[in-house]
Amino acid sequence: MKDISCKLLVIGAGPGGYVCAIRAGQLGLDTVIVDPGKPGGTCLNVGCIPSKALIHAAEEYDRIAHLAHGRNPLGITAAKPEIDLSQTIAWKDGIVGRLNSGVSGLLKKAKVKIVQGHARFRDGKTVEVETETGLQIIRAENVVIATGSAPVELPNLPFGGPVISSTDALSLTSVPERLVVVGGGYIGLELGTAFAKMGATVTVVEAQSRILPQYDAELTRPVAKRLQALGIAVMTGTKAKGLAKAGGSLLVEAEDGSEKALEGDRILVTVGRRPVTRGWGLDELVLDMDGPFIRIDERCQTSMRGIYAIGDVTGEPMLAHRAMAQGEMTAEIVAGHRRVWDKRSIPAVCFTDPEIVTVGLAPDEARRTGVEIKLGQFPFSANGRAMTRMGEDGFVRVVARADNHLVLGIQAVGQGISELAAAFSLALEMGARLEDIAGTIHAHPTQGEAFQEAALKALGMELHI
Amino acid sequence: MGEHLIKMPDVGEGIAEAELVEWHVKVGDLVREDAVLAAVMTDKATVEIPSPVDGEVLWLGADIGDVVAIGSPLIRLKVEGEGSGSSGSGPSEKAAEPPARTGEIEAQADGAVKVPDAIVERQAKSTPPQPVAEKPHAPAARMHRAPVTRAEGERPVASPAVRLRAREAGIDLRQVPGSGPAGRITHEDLDAFFTHGRQVAKTPGLAQNTSVEHIKVVGLRRKIAEKMAIAKSHIPHITYVEEVDVTALEDLRAALNANKRADRPKLTLLPFLMRAMVRAIAEQPHLNSVYDDEAGVVHQHGGVHVGIATQTGSGLMVPVVKHAEARDLWECAAELNRLAEAAKSGLATREELGGSTITITSLGAMGGIVTTPVINYPEVAIIGVNKMMVRPVWDGSTFIPRKIMNLSSSFDHRIIDGWDAAVFVQRIKTLLETPAMIFVEA
Repeated sequence: MKDISCKLLVIGAGPGGYVCAIRAGQLGLDTVIVDPGKPGGTCLNVGCIPSKALIHAAEEYDRIAHLAHGRNPLGITAAKPEIDLSQTIAWKDGIVGRLNSGVSGLLKKAKVKIVQGHARFRDGKTVEVETETGLQIIRAENVVIATGSAPVELPNLPFGGPVISSTDALSLTSVPERLVVVGGGYIGLELGTAFAKMGATVTVVEAQSRILPQYDAELTRPVAKRLQALGIAVMTGTKAKGLAKAGGSLLVEAEDGSEKALEGDRILVTVGRRPVTRGWGLDELVLDMDGPFIRIDERCQTSMRGIYAIGDVTGEPMLAHRAMAQGEMTAEIVAGHRRVWDKRSIPAVCFTDPEIVTVGLAPDEARRTGVEIKLGQFPFSANGRAMTRMGEDGFVRVVARADNHLVLGIQAVGQGISELAAAFSLALEMGARLEDIAGTIHAHPTQGEAFQEAALKALGMELHI
Repeated sequence: MGEHLIKMPDVGEGIAEAELVEWHVKVGDLVREDAVLAAVMTDKATVEIPSPVDGEVLWLGADIGDVVAIGSPLIRLKVEGEGSGSSGSGPSEKAAEPPARTGEIEAQADGAVKVPDAIVERQAKSTPPQPVAEKPHAPAARMHRAPVTRAEGERPVASPAVRLRAREAGIDLRQVPGSGPAGRITHEDLDAFFTHGRQVAKTPGLAQNTSVEHIKVVGLRRKIAEKMAIAKSHIPHITYVEEVDVTALEDLRAALNANKRADRPKLTLLPFLMRAMVRAIAEQPHLNSVYDDEAGVVHQHGGVHVGIATQTGSGLMVPVVKHAEARDLWECAAELNRLAEAAKSGLATREELGGSTITITSLGAMGGIVTTPVINYPEVAIIGVNKMMVRPVWDGSTFIPRKIMNLSSSFDHRIIDGWDAAVFVQRIKTLLETPAMIFVEA
């Protein structure tokens, strides 16, 4: 097979890699992208997109089940719903398929060469790819490592049999009767909630003292409340020890040392994700590491000249939109533009019920920087739109500097508020002050009004509370 | 809420229009009573237009450089109180009212609200038009946006678009002062940094500068340009240069300065020259004339009104020492000092800046060897003073050091023949070289 020479080689076609390749192609760089799977990476194939599809199906099911349950204030009656999960999964696969071909189309339009197969470094400038038709050598002036991350496996609970990863959970063909989720982070709670809504009896086991430990307790309280309402048992301070000998049940150890067996048809392990740093020839390179991650500078350059790394393999936060922004920037740097990572805000959205959005600094984080802060918090219980959609739980909170009112961070929890992430991020990137948000007309009746009211409240000028 | 219309005030005798040379406000600015809104310029003076009320600027009626007729709408302000803004309701009663001298205001309303006389009076008092010098452009609107300084190590606040632009231009935003709220760096701040702050940026070595700045010729500069063009296109100049030995004059000047009364001004050379000119003009009165070339009439003046070309911060001005023939040396000196000071500080009145019949131009210590002065149209003569230097002069047996100064003088050759010009300059030379003759009848 004839060797390929190119200006830029991107290893991994996840959100970081494919965005990088598209931009590079648009800028006229001779670009090749390599991935063993379909383009789109974890996010598109076994992450963000399929999980949101499943969450949506579960919400629809739950809504009807709720109405079928009997009396409701809306006066609607419905028959008890049924779900054929295999059909749901097929629908989800259809969406994923459409997006796969969409990404492929975009890459082709940008004149990017796609090579399917496992890539492996021979040296800093040469990569070999095992393709279906044989070994392909690619020589590149610049290489972007975008190999992403994979679910963490617990040594005492290896994947297989009843023990499944998030990837497996998104392809189940029937709703498990009893589901045990190990790990009360956002992935475990998103999926656990979805399955509970579809009828599974769900237990969440979390080693730390509360769920979603990266958020403050006030922010996670509405989520905990909703989990309880859905009948999801949350066991905090509890460690998973391993499968019981008989199989099918999970042994856990409570904080006081007492052991207990949890019955479960499926045991979903969602204890985090690890960077993929094996299997592509890291040892052939001399890259400085940052713990388990590849160390990069503010231009996504690794310690080796001409080798860049982007996305989950470079560390937290492991989020698709961070990888995309890094990919775009890196392509432009390779094309000779002056760029540097100067983003103020990487929004984080947790698609639990209700949803959580955070941008910038939390109150405690802001205090730790040594500045005096002002807080403004507005509850959805005082927001008309939230009332009419029966989602009064939650709030929007704004954190600002006390001296010049510069907004430092925004947190929110509430139904459907993931879409507010755009407004929050824009405020931070533009360097908004409280007065800017307070002085912007927010459409009525929308949940976004809570954002404006939170800013007004921080200024001591709230109107609707 | 009401609306106040401020019209172009009558800024001087018989002026029909004035040129807008500076806006101190922009639309949306809040202004206080007496705050300066704009500066307009007539033939000779710059006049500030103060605001008669507190309000918000809604509309500006002219661009810088526009010539605005007296009484035309200039600014509309939104103000507290009554009067609603149906503008264009041309108040027909207005013609009957005596024109208010200054900052005339109308509260516009459907039924034209008449401003009570008392108020007009107060406004007239509190807001007289003040002639001012052209100031370096520091619009008042900018003042409240003084750059905020950041604490050491603090990240600059700027939108992504500003950050990208700075990045591509190789500018470190930490060096750019931010004028926006909370010290936010705006595109305008970057523009300012591009034009002014570049010195502190880097770029070692030489670089081509391909920039072209387009500067509108307005205000005093435009007046000067027009006047110079008229003078040079109408007047066939003849320039005559002669050397004057001012050694004796300088001795006299030094002695007078050393022995003068404390309340008397320090003498420069110019009062002596003025007095010498008065003497010379007495013998050749047609040199002290104003030539109306369109009418074909030479107005030969009896009074000698000497224009003194003066460099000010905003350009050339010509304050006038009136009736030099009636002033002695000391009075000439005192009046000269007063006028030069007034012109430089922008306080010279229109009257003080006009009416000359002959002009002196002096570059003082920088004066050079020879100049070709341009006549102050429509006069017919201008006397240029060059630099005084000590030069060796052959006295027949040896070189002796003498204080020598050139006079470079131009004349309107239509009216003044070369012979007459030379006689005039020679007469002045004689007077200056034997200064006693300036004061004593021969």
